Amino acid sequence: MKKIIYLSIGILFGITMYKSEAASWFRIYEMFNFQAFHMYGIIGVAVVLGLITTQLIKKFNIKSFYGFPIKIDDKAKSFKRYLFGGLIFGLGWALAGACPGPMFTLVGAGFFSLLIVIAFAIFGTYVYGVFKEKLPH
Amino acid sequence: MMDLILAPWPWYVSGFLIALVMFLLLMMGDSFGMSSNLRTLCTICGAGKKTDFFQFDWKSQKWNLLVMIGAVIGGFIGAYFLSSNSGVDISSETVLSLKDYGITSSATSYLPTEIFWDFSIKNLLLLAIGGFLVGFGTRYAGGCTSGHAISGLSNLQLPSLIAVIGFFAGGLFMIHFLFPIIF
Repeated sequence: MKKIIYLSIGILFGITMYKSEAASWFRIYEMFNFQAFHMYGIIGVAVVLGLITTQLIKKFNIKSFYGFPIKIDDKAKSFKRYLFGGLIFGLGWALAGACPGPMFTLVGAGFFSLLIVIAFAIFGTYVYGVFKEKLPH
Repeated sequence: MMDLILAPWPWYVSGFLIALVMFLLLMMGDSFGMSSNLRTLCTICGAGKKTDFFQFDWKSQKWNLLVMIGAVIGGFIGAYFLSSNSGVDISSETVLSLKDYGITSSATSYLPTEIFWDFSIKNLLLLAIGGFLVGFGTRYAGGCTSGHAISGLSNLQLPSLIAVIGFFAGGLFMIHFLFPIIF
């Protein structure tokens, strides 16, 4: 049952990414050229509604569907890793036009060249893991 | 009604649904973050044998892999059952600026065919480098658009704001300084 719920949430996410064109390289290019409100609207609405629900969950100690307290972890305090990692991610995001969710959605939509992007994203993650200790965090 | 579903969905519908996805995952007792799956996939491939970073029980992340598989199925449903037209209605300014790069497929294709369906060495390199940077960067930053921009900002996390500023600075640099060299 739980498996079907996770799969369904993923399907909802995939359909949303595809249908809103947030998974389109064209929309990412347009966003970084500030030529349309579309992507800013998507992220803006998601963050505002996400902020309201997250804060309500925390304030009222809302329990999960299974009755457990919801734990929302704080991100570890640091500066360098977020800035450097963010910059590197941004370069790739604009080039490939896809972030780690949509790249999977696009494979389902029939764009099989995204398998190359995914393979190298996995490889990039691996290389990070190998050199983690040598990088400024 | 069907016409509305078949047309591209407006930003406010999409923004609402993304927030809903995050809410549902929180209510399941988990969190919204797609890039963690890349690390899990490394572990499944055996990366934990050599590197501590990949030594964890990947089965604890099975739920997120299911969300990922769902995202693939969602893309299939969205593209083949819920769309009447595969073009993307980007602004006319954007269409014009892409013309300079020889990219003219936005009216007929969801992704530029000039990059994603033309398997030249250059394009394969672009896809590989793009993917590598996304994978390396997202783990270095500890999250991607879902983990930092949506979940992190919703939880008022300063690290996520720094990461999101990084995402945009990197993206702007790619589009405005590197694209004119690449294309």
